[in-house]
Order: sequence, then structure tokens, then C-alpha cells
Amino acid sequence: MTDTTTETGAAVRPSPTAPKRSFLSQLEIDTRLLGMIGAFILVCLVFNVLTDGRFLTPRNIFNLTIQTVSVAIMATGMVFVIVTRHIDLSVGAMLATCSAAMAMTQTDILPRMMGLGLGHPLTPWIAIAVGLVVGISIGAFQGWLIGFLTIPAFIVTLGGLLVWRNVAWYMTDGQTIGPLDETFRKFGGINGTLGETWSWVVGVIAVIAALWALWSARRNKVNHGFPIKPVWAEVLVGLIIAGGILGFVAILNAYEVPTARLLREFKARGDVMPEGYSASYGIPYSVLLLIAIAIGMTVMARRTRLGRYIFATGGNPDAAELSGINTRLLTVKVFALMGGLIALSAVVASARLTNHSNDIGTLDELRVIAAAVIGGTALAGGIGTIHGAILGALIMQSLQSGMAMVGVDAPLQNIVVGAVLVLAVWIDIVYRRRLGGK
Amino acid sequence: MTPLVELKNISLSFGGVRAVDNVSLDLYPGEVVGLLGHNGAGKSTLIKILAGAYQMDEGEIWIEGKKATIHSPRDARRYNIETIYQTLALADNLDAPSNLFLGRELTNRFGLVDDAQMEAETRKIMARLNPNFKKISEPVSALSGGQRQSVAIARAVYFNAKILIMDEPTAALGVHESKMVADLIKELKAQGLGIFLISHDTREMLELCDRVSVMKNGALIGTEKVGDVTEDDILSMIIMGKARDAA
Repeated sequence: MTDTTTETGAAVRPSPTAPKRSFLSQLEIDTRLLGMIGAFILVCLVFNVLTDGRFLTPRNIFNLTIQTVSVAIMATGMVFVIVTRHIDLSVGAMLATCSAAMAMTQTDILPRMMGLGLGHPLTPWIAIAVGLVVGISIGAFQGWLIGFLTIPAFIVTLGGLLVWRNVAWYMTDGQTIGPLDETFRKFGGINGTLGETWSWVVGVIAVIAALWALWSARRNKVNHGFPIKPVWAEVLVGLIIAGGILGFVAILNAYEVPTARLLREFKARGDVMPEGYSASYGIPYSVLLLIAIAIGMTVMARRTRLGRYIFATGGNPDAAELSGINTRLLTVKVFALMGGLIALSAVVASARLTNHSNDIGTLDELRVIAAAVIGGTALAGGIGTIHGAILGALIMQSLQSGMAMVGVDAPLQNIVVGAVLVLAVWIDIVYRRRLGGK
Repeated sequence: MTPLVELKNISLSFGGVRAVDNVSLDLYPGEVVGLLGHNGAGKSTLIKILAGAYQMDEGEIWIEGKKATIHSPRDARRYNIETIYQTLALADNLDAPSNLFLGRELTNRFGLVDDAQMEAETRKIMARLNPNFKKISEPVSALSGGQRQSVAIARAVYFNAKILIMDEPTAALGVHESKMVADLIKELKAQGLGIFLISHDTREMLELCDRVSVMKNGALIGTEKVGDVTEDDILSMIIMGKARDAA
């Protein structure tokens, strides 16, 4: 196996006259992604120094991840919306409508009409299904207005921002609806985690899957006789990925459930806590959901026809149409997908608050768009990545909570976040210009 | 012999302007028919109707002796009509294989896009069309005009077209690349394809085409065999808008 690979590699390696490839290009890692990871690490380190080491504790990293999930889920959908040269300003308002619909389903409609109360095993799943139907329907409707009636997305979703925010208000009379179903609340973060053992199981499975994906991609290239990375580069990338995954699991597992809470749980079950007992939170379900969505959306973007058409339409709508792609229906699909992701995001957001409040999701549209754009999605269309958007959401959230921990005044926090958004886009423009002029 | 394509009395108006006015044309296998005329004469509009990009108001399209219904580019592709547009119609952000197979991606057994297979096919056809083409996996925005043109041509040729429409295929090209396109047209013609060619270069048209049709203000002025006319005859048809015998 090793012999054949090196042989094929040697056969297609650039001729001696070709410039020697740099270390990074041999690794075939996106330098832009590397820059973002660098920026993220810098933000973390600076805040860690400013907070005397309180920023990079397992507890804070755990909190950071669960705070990021809701915006990150929507940001993955926003990538597709922006890639097709549209925008969605209504995501925060739609989140409120989905959340209101799910809260009312659990606390009012199901108990009254079907006699299923909170705590019934079916309740959370019916509620989530209702939320998905609401989100996908609203998204598809807005997509139809944009694609088929050709009303600009900016206007449709600006109207949607007002409409859906107040539909949510109307549905709930502006009241806070809660508490929500206990199983439902497990999607919020700290109330639902895998625990230590299962977190390691998931981590190990993820490492195996990632390595298998790397290996099969390489095998595929070898089969077609395409240029491949040197083996050392492949191994290094594999090690970095495996280390990243297992490190992340280790950090989440290092965050232990406070003893007081454990005592309470044992008491509630009528047991006595054994001496020296401890338990870790591990990976939250909400983070698992985000990871599943990220993988699904990445596969969709890169390996399905739908994804290919989304990017082609963003790059050149006329060309896409002339290639037989139904760009109008595509717009409906993209916005319906956005709606579905908003509904899942609403599950996480309301579960985290343990209730539906009237102002849930306020200003989320701006956070989501900012996350996608910081993550390298070009507003001109055609360019953007799912992992970039999630990293963008993580950077935004780190800035926000870091500043809060340092004790920066609230107005200053927002001023900094706004300035960072503009700065990030400017850096991106400069970077792309350099790349284009190469 | 049955014509490959018969366009019968095609008309199309854009808000009161008759862009194509009662035009009839035909095309036989192994034949190159040139369309000439000023900008706005209706050439591109006419071929876009055949390519499915526009819908005609009146008229009929017959393909190989049967009436055809073409409502979309997808329909046109089903009749093995391939088009190279003047604008090339490439998605700049995608690489050459993605553009070549756009709308007709090869998929693996899970229904996922098979990039490796598409790349292999692209390398194969590019080796034939433009052996200098190396930037397979870069976005086509990074390619030169000639390379972009080869991608557009490869897309039309790859899928076993019977009817090829070429709208200004050499407009953006240098002398050497234009020669390559001319050779390709001759090769495809020898394979029995029917080709509609649009160009402003009258001399090139007389060299490549079997017949030329001249349009002005949406109407067909006349169709002539290239052996029967001189460059001056064609120019006077384009400029005066009169058929040769009337002039």
C-alpha cells in the first residue's frame, strides 16, 4: 500500500523547475481558516490573561460552547442564504415565532386538546415537530415571495422581522411561557449532557470517522491518479484533527458537576451520595446537535447537487439558469432550510432559558449574519463555508463573554463587536485581493 | 435528408419590440450555418429560443423531423442541443469540473456528487481540447479568457451534442486559440454535428460555414450558400438589409 502511494505521488509531483511548494500548501490547509483559528486563539489568550486565567477554564469553555450553539446553528443556514446572494433579516423574529409555537404546544395545546401534559414522553417530540413545521413553512413562504414573486430578500425578510416578532407576541399575549417540558429542556445545554463515558465514546467515534474520511479521500485520489499530499502531511493533519477532537472532549469532561447539585440529585432520588463521588458534564446534547448539523450542512454544500447548485447560483445566477437549474425553486429550498434550522435553534434557545420569553432571539439576525460574514461568507455571493460560520459565531461569542468577564461596560461591548465585524470584513477583502492578484 | 433542426416562423417580442420576427431556418447534419447581422439584429435571441433560455411567442421547432417542445435549457439538452454562450455562462467561483458538469453532475452510489470522477473526465476531455490546460481544481475566475472558453466548449462537446450553438466563440480569443476553435468546428462537423455559428467576423464565417443567414431588426434577410456569395455581398446584406437578388 505504502509503496504504491509513494510511486503515484512521485509520478505526478511537480517537475523540478516548478517552484517548491511551501509547508502550508503541502498540508493543503485553507490559509484563511488558519487565520481565523489564529484570531480565535489570540482572543482566548488575551482574555485569559486579562481575567487571570478564568477565561480558559473548563467551566467557561463549556459555557462558551453552549452559548454559541443557537447562533451557530442559524449561521450555517445563513451561509447558504448569503451564498445565493440573498439575506435573511427575519431569523431572530422567526426564532421567536417557532419558540412561541413550541411553548404553546407544550403548555397549552397538547394538555388541552390531547390530554398530554408536561413530562409525557411524546410532548417534547410533538413540540419540536410543530416548531419545524412552523419554521420550514415560514421559510418556504418567504422563499416563494423572493424566488417566484421576485421581491428582494432584504424587503421580504425586513417585513418578516416585524411580522414574525409580533406573531410570536400575539400567540403568547406577550407573556413568558414556562416552565417547559423537562426532556425538551435537555436540549438547552447544561441540563442535558452525555456524561464522561459517553462523551469519550462519541469522541473516539468522531476520531475514527474523521480518519476514515481522510483515508478514503486519499484512496480516491490515488485511484484516479491525482496528485496527493505527502504521507507526513496526511499524518500531521490526521493527528491535529484527532488531537482537537479528543482535547475538546477532555476539556468538557474536566468540567465537573458541582457537589451541591450532585447531593440534590441523589436526595431527589432518595439515595445517599457515596463519599468522594464526582461526575462530569461532558458533551452537551445541544453541541452534539450543532455538530450533526455542521456535518450535514457541509456534506450538503460539498457533495450534493443541491449544494453545488446553491454555490453555482451564487457565483453566476444566469449560468445556473442556463444549465437547467431551477433557481426560483432553489431559493424556496434555501429559505425553507433556513427556517428548519431556525426551529432547531429555537429549541436550543428556549430550552436553555427553560421558558419562552417575549424577547427571545432579539437581534439574533445581526449576530447570525455577522457570524457568517466573519466566517468568510462573501455578501456578493458564491463563497462561504459552514465551518467558517461556526467559527465566526464562536469568535463573536468569545469576544462578548470575554468582555463581560473582564467587566467592560455593556455599551462598550457592543461598540467593540460592531468594530470587529467591520474590521474582519476589511481584512477579508484585503486577503481576497492579494489572493486574486497572485 | 431530414434536417436536424427546422425553425419555422419563429417570433418573439419584448414589450412591443419584435426581437425575432417570423424567422425560418434549417440546419442539416454535418453542416455549419452562420448567423450574421448587427448588434441587436436578433441572432442571439433566436438561438436562445432554440437553447431553451427564451420562450418563443409563435412558431415551431422541429428536431430530426419531429415537432419539439423546448421550454427550458433542460428540455434543449434532452434533444442533444448544446450551447456555448457569448458570456460563456460559467460560475466563476467553481472549478472547471463543476462547471463542465453543472446541472448534470456525476454521482456515486449514495447519490453524492462524485468530484474525483468528474475531475478525471474533465482531465480526459481537456487533454483533447486544450492540452495546456492545467488548472483543473482552481475556480474558473483564475483562468485566462482562452482557458475559460475551453471549459465552455468542453461542456458543450462532452455530452455528445448533435446540435451545437456557438455564440461568438472566438470573440475573446487570440489568434492561436481562434485557430484551435476553427479546427474543432471542422472536426465536429466531420463527425456529423450540426452547428449554428454566430460571429461578427465575416471572413471567418465564409471560411467555416456552409451557409450563412443574415438578420436585421429581428427579420431574416436571406440565407446563402457561401460558395455563391462574396464578402461584399454579405456586408451589403448586413448593412442594407436587402436580399442579394433584390439588391
